[in-house]
Amino acid sequence: MTPKLTQRIAFSALFLITAAVIVPVLTVIVIIIREGAPAMTWEFLTQMPRSGMRAGGILPAIVGTFYLVLGAVLFALPLGLFAAIYMSEYSKDNWLTRLIRLAIINLAGVPSVVFGLFGLALFVGFFKFGASIFSGALTLGVMILPVIITSSREALGAVPKSFREVSISLGATKLQTIKYAVLPHALPGILTGTILGIGRAAGETAPILFTVAAFYLPRLPESVFDQVMALPYHLYVLSTQVPNVDAKVRYGTALVLLAIVLLMNLVAILIRSYYRSRKKW
Amino acid sequence: MVTKISVKSLSVSFGEAYSLKDVNIDIEARRILTVIGPANSGKTTFLRTLNRLNDLEDSVSVTGRILLDGQDIYHRDYDANLLRKKVGIIFALPVPLPATVFENVVYGPRRQGVRDRKKLASIAEEALKDAYLWDEMKDRLDEQAMKLSGGQQQRLCIARTLAVGPEVILFDEPCSALDPISTGKIEEAMSELKQRYTIVLVTNNTKQAARVGDKTAFFLMGELVEIGETGGLFTSPQDKRTDDYLSGRFG
Repeated sequence: MTPKLTQRIAFSALFLITAAVIVPVLTVIVIIIREGAPAMTWEFLTQMPRSGMRAGGILPAIVGTFYLVLGAVLFALPLGLFAAIYMSEYSKDNWLTRLIRLAIINLAGVPSVVFGLFGLALFVGFFKFGASIFSGALTLGVMILPVIITSSREALGAVPKSFREVSISLGATKLQTIKYAVLPHALPGILTGTILGIGRAAGETAPILFTVAAFYLPRLPESVFDQVMALPYHLYVLSTQVPNVDAKVRYGTALVLLAIVLLMNLVAILIRSYYRSRKKW
Repeated sequence: MVTKISVKSLSVSFGEAYSLKDVNIDIEARRILTVIGPANSGKTTFLRTLNRLNDLEDSVSVTGRILLDGQDIYHRDYDANLLRKKVGIIFALPVPLPATVFENVVYGPRRQGVRDRKKLASIAEEALKDAYLWDEMKDRLDEQAMKLSGGQQQRLCIARTLAVGPEVILFDEPCSALDPISTGKIEEAMSELKQRYTIVLVTNNTKQAARVGDKTAFFLMGELVEIGETGGLFTSPQDKRTDDYLSGRFG
């Protein structure tokens, strides 16, 4: 076999594997769009559910998911970023910090239902926030925290050491160095972590099951201590708990969930590409 | 001659390994001290000890004393940030920060809290003039610094250091990545700068040491072998190892 032929076979194999990954994803998206598109009416997006959720709209679930994701990111991004800064810039490299890093990476793999139980015990029970947006957003925030910490730490670590040396050597303090010579260049990577976090927070059902999600609550929340409906849980309810739901309502809900995640990601991606375009080293 | 920096029995080690052993040097004000020696001779470690840049490494341990204007810079109460304002450094590879030329030059002053746009502009102009870069850069201040040529980037780094208002400037093989013409411009700048600044130049290029140095120190395996007026050291070195190095028999 000539090297050229080997290369050809290798490229073909890689292409096929890539296709094998992409095709199912595309199929799912196509099916959801095809089945869900007929449900997309103004009424569906802006009205309360009616007739035991078989008709009407899904507005409370849309609003609920939006609040939950926003709350989770507002909680987890600053906390995760500051933790990552401490771990990357201040803490020394010893067995304890290595253990903590390992623990955080492992936390990212903990099943979401465990986070749900954790949220139920801590936020709903111990702190007595009740089943509320506040509890749910915090639970989702805790769940995406490891992703944000890990990706932020890696983004900070990828900023050349020479930038720090230059800044320090110009008389800047360590904090100034982090703020002006490190953090701006780590933002794209930090936002990548945030994007992954948004996707997870919007899509998970288990963490909100015990902490916030309402089975059927056809009104908008008035405060962060109210319960809300949320899209993933609503979808689960429509699919398994309510008999005789029109398929287009289910697929329509799935489509809206998909669109919201995409929309939120899009904002983060736009910010990221702006910062990436300025990164030139 | 006024002594600007006095290094007294300085030893530096990283973990187990010694990088510098019992070094004693007086660095004279407003002159250029060149430091030569083969790889791993400790010359860069020596340079980075003078503005405590080695502090950034976890495992470093420094013994001995370094007096800047009579004050021990490794004393507990000595402010390392203040030290680095007084003792600037130019690295081997130019490291422009990913920002405009202007923002690079005023990085130091901005961190000291200078906000006035006019003041910053005049600091930048003066620093760029002193680094022989103003004529090339005066219309390009808003360009990305990363787009400049290597030689321009290194002079930008010099301007950036000058803008902080140092008293001593350390050069760590500043021309190792530059072509002869850019090297010439940097050397010209250095010879001009020594009127006002104390300069320590680490170089792998013995010819460069001979060209710009007033005094030259020869390091070998972490020890200071010999120090003397540059002319004397190059024409009649006292130590055989210096002679061997200068005539290219090792290193």
